[in-house]
Amino acid sequence: MAGLHESDFKNPVLNWIDARLPLLSLMHKEYAAFPTPKNFNYLWNFGAMAVVALLVMIATGVLLAMNYQPNTQLAFDSVQHIMRDVNYGWLIRYIHQNGASMFFIVTYVHILRGMYYGSYKKPRELLWMLGVVILLLLMATAFMGYVLPWGQMSYWGATVITNLFSAFPVVGHGIVTWLWGGFSVDNPTLNRFFALHYLLPFVIFAVVFLHVVALHITGSNNPLGIDPKGPADTLPFHPYYTVKDSVGLCLFLIVWSAFVFFAPNALGDPNNFIPANPLQTPPDIVPEWYLLPFYAILRSVPNKLGGVCIMFSSILVLFFLPWLDTSPVRSGRFRPIFRQVIWLWVASVVLLGVVGANRPEGIWVILGRVCTLYYFFHFLVVLPLLGKLERPLPLPESISAAVLHRGGGPLPAGAAARPMEKA
Amino acid sequence: MMRRLAALLAAAGLGLLAAATPAAAQETPSLPNESWSFSGIFGSYDLAAAQRGFWVYYKVCSTCHSMKLLHYRDLAGIGLNEAQIKAIAASVTVPKGVNDQGEPISGPALPADQFKSPFANEQAASAALGAVPPDLSLIVNAREGHADYVYGILTGFRDPPPAGVSVPPGKYYNEYFPGHLISMPPPLHDDAVEYADGTKATVPQMAHDVVTFLAWAANPELVQRRQIGVRVVLFLMLMTGLTYASKRKLWSSVDH
Repeated sequence: MAGLHESDFKNPVLNWIDARLPLLSLMHKEYAAFPTPKNFNYLWNFGAMAVVALLVMIATGVLLAMNYQPNTQLAFDSVQHIMRDVNYGWLIRYIHQNGASMFFIVTYVHILRGMYYGSYKKPRELLWMLGVVILLLLMATAFMGYVLPWGQMSYWGATVITNLFSAFPVVGHGIVTWLWGGFSVDNPTLNRFFALHYLLPFVIFAVVFLHVVALHITGSNNPLGIDPKGPADTLPFHPYYTVKDSVGLCLFLIVWSAFVFFAPNALGDPNNFIPANPLQTPPDIVPEWYLLPFYAILRSVPNKLGGVCIMFSSILVLFFLPWLDTSPVRSGRFRPIFRQVIWLWVASVVLLGVVGANRPEGIWVILGRVCTLYYFFHFLVVLPLLGKLERPLPLPESISAAVLHRGGGPLPAGAAARPMEKA
Repeated sequence: MMRRLAALLAAAGLGLLAAATPAAAQETPSLPNESWSFSGIFGSYDLAAAQRGFWVYYKVCSTCHSMKLLHYRDLAGIGLNEAQIKAIAASVTVPKGVNDQGEPISGPALPADQFKSPFANEQAASAALGAVPPDLSLIVNAREGHADYVYGILTGFRDPPPAGVSVPPGKYYNEYFPGHLISMPPPLHDDAVEYADGTKATVPQMAHDVVTFLAWAANPELVQRRQIGVRVVLFLMLMTGLTYASKRKLWSSVDH
């Protein structure tokens, strides 16, 4: 059988297909037998949750697009048509609308988990950087999605954010006109935002694929941050982590459902129930909660160009995190000072979120500046120095030794790789 | 458990909203805290109140305010039957396109027609009233404070205004309106409508009824949404329990 893949599948039909197109073997290798550190905690669920969020968003988004009209005269009413006249349209829309917030919650937890356990360190630098690319794409997609219902906050949010590009000298205004497709946010803007909002999730999907490919080259990090040394340290992904991820997924779906069914507009802005009106600026223009920290960073600099640069830098700095953190130890568990100061950074981000929700007056201006400074101080000063000054705790011999609190024992019988049920 | 979860989530949501609300520039009394049939996570609409509220809208509010997102057929959602809906629609004359000669024609509305707007366009409304009255289809969702705010506006007129406040002509003093000077004259006065069910039409009663109607108009799916939600969340909790039990059983053979 020269040229054919040697398939292990016993079912003759599956075997015939797998021999010619070994997708089933690939899936088995990467998702069933894939050796995974045995000591994941529940924070390792959040990647799977984010994938589910992406798939649900694409599915509900396609359904919404079937009834949505990307036209300034029709957009607002077409969304209400979905809410009122399309069968279960309210359900599809509320899942999608709250899904954006859920997607950001799990993504932020996923990122923070990576930061705490040093998942960005060698050899996972590129894996981490692909993750930052996903974050950027996610923000762009969410921003453009928020424009589509064409409410007051959609329109004015789009105006404020696209206008940021006008801060760049010489080319700024040209860029803004080009983005708008005209001389103000108008029908061409809405049309292209709809097209891009439909496109970008598939780009995200592609980058997620690369993220997972990179993950499967290096293998997963784990709460101890040390590499698995042998079969005693790992378990096959299926069924051990498929079932553990399912527990987290169920809890995630409960939280998502609680919002969809019982508080669907709790995270939204009442102003977006008013159709877009270019002649009437709302008293406060605020982005959705998940972009508030970056909005606060933008406003912390009195100069427009400065604000725009520092806001973009706040994401760009994440690309350099693998090299800014000079400590050879991955997991925060063995870094007595790091594990404290990371919470200061988290606090600065949360505070920036609160600052972003308030008018830039009085205490909020000062607080915003202090937190912005600390945000960068953490990356540019604390992390590079800490790696040199901190004395990490001794690392355990192996994952197995650490989790069993004794010398690495032999592989327990039940943990041997279970071959996937082959139909 | 469910209630606690929802309460927790609601608290988190409220905290977020509170954080997102800038401090009011002028002193405004805190909103009236009305008891609504549809509040809480298991609340549903008091249909009698919503029907009376529709009557108030039909007789009073609709003189100036449109509700473009509603169709007469939607009134089945507050418990009106087909004959009642047909009769209500037929009492209204709406444009019916053009005839064979291309001349615009009009006729009685059908249940499938949109609620008739009082003005042909915003310019006509502005010319007649000096300002464009907001469409009421989503008003309860579109204001901070929601139902309590709309109720506050309807009951918050003060004539004479507080000492030291001068009210220019064409404006009225309202406790709850941002800036206090509202262009809408007090729309409700006692016995402004006559209720078919004999309820006494006081201002607070009419305000309560019409806000119930407007809350339904803004969220007509609310009751069905919550009913499905209870089942979905209970199912997911059962699922979580089963999944967790499976996880425990599987992992019991692993030293970890």
